[in-house]
Amino acid sequence: MTAQILGVVASLLTFVFVFWMLRRGSLQEKYAVLWLAVSGAALVLAVFPGLLRWVTDVLRIETPSNLLFFVTIVLLILVAVQLSYELSRHEARIRRLAEEVALLDSEIKALKDDRDVR
Amino acid sequence: MTEETRESGRRPARTLVAIPAWNERGSIAAVIATVREHRPDADILVVNDGSTDDTAALAQAAGATVVSLPFNVGVGGAMRTAFLYAKRNGYEALVQVDADGQHDPADLDRVLDGLAEADVVVGTRFHPDSMYFVGGPRRWAMVLLSKSLSRMNRGPISDPTSGFRSAGPRAIDLFATDYPAEYLGDTVGSLAIAIRRGLVIHEVPVTMYFRQHGRPSKNALWSALYLGRASLAILATGLKGKSTPRSDAA
Repeated sequence: MTAQILGVVASLLTFVFVFWMLRRGSLQEKYAVLWLAVSGAALVLAVFPGLLRWVTDVLRIETPSNLLFFVTIVLLILVAVQLSYELSRHEARIRRLAEEVALLDSEIKALKDDRDVR
Repeated sequence: MTEETRESGRRPARTLVAIPAWNERGSIAAVIATVREHRPDADILVVNDGSTDDTAALAQAAGATVVSLPFNVGVGGAMRTAFLYAKRNGYEALVQVDADGQHDPADLDRVLDGLAEADVVVGTRFHPDSMYFVGGPRRWAMVLLSKSLSRMNRGPISDPTSGFRSAGPRAIDLFATDYPAEYLGDTVGSLAIAIRRGLVIHEVPVTMYFRQHGRPSKNALWSALYLGRASLAILATGLKGKSTPRSDAA
């Protein structure tokens, strides 16, 4: 029973927190949607533990918690890979911007020098 | 300068000497001076890679064109900036020289002349007259890298991590859009990219001094990491799809 209360509280808190971040604009929708869905699903499972037991039986897995852990780990790995991808893309773009800024900066300086000479 | 040439804008010289520099206040002015002495015809570009000291000011005072990156991006990023600059300003040859005085500008001619028959010319430290020597795991790593790249190239590349190299028009075009920024990507990875695109790579012997400032770390663990990352760089390029027009292209 305590575990169930803990699950409800934790998923509710996560849901509210993510929603709050989304409203503040500190989390983009495309990321917020994922976490809202995850915490929503966790909330449903916490309120109706029978659901998890039923899915576990259907999949012929021994203990419900194993299914839960398995799904969670797979999900987290996918998210981590996705974030690494986004990060790589951003690093490449920032690098390109830095290069352009450097070249523009030197061109502006050259133009100014030219103007001052005349 | 006559009125006529002023009208058409400054005509850029055909050769650009690119010097990536990160906090090299101790050597930058001397390097620029020696380069000028050996190649008075060439323009000198210092890519200041987010230095926190007065490298940029010293380079400017020494008469080089300075392009300053807003933060440190590594040699690969600095060199791509140089290739972009070369491409946009119509240079036909770019030669890279290190800012720490490791490279002897007396070899500039040899590295540049090689472009008559190749797209990329790499100055190699490993030749019978060389005073340069590395031993231990680092040497094994270099031998393995050299072997795999030479096979890809169907011609010897005995010193793939050498930063003393030149690029012709085709290579400038390629490297202006596609030049790896990761550690070692700038040397090993860029060669792999060039080979893949069918560019011709030759090598010439050069003299290499031990670095004057800074201390390279060369223990076994470092070498293992070095080998791993370099192999990954080659593998990644080798497996990458043939058509890779990048979305972040210039």
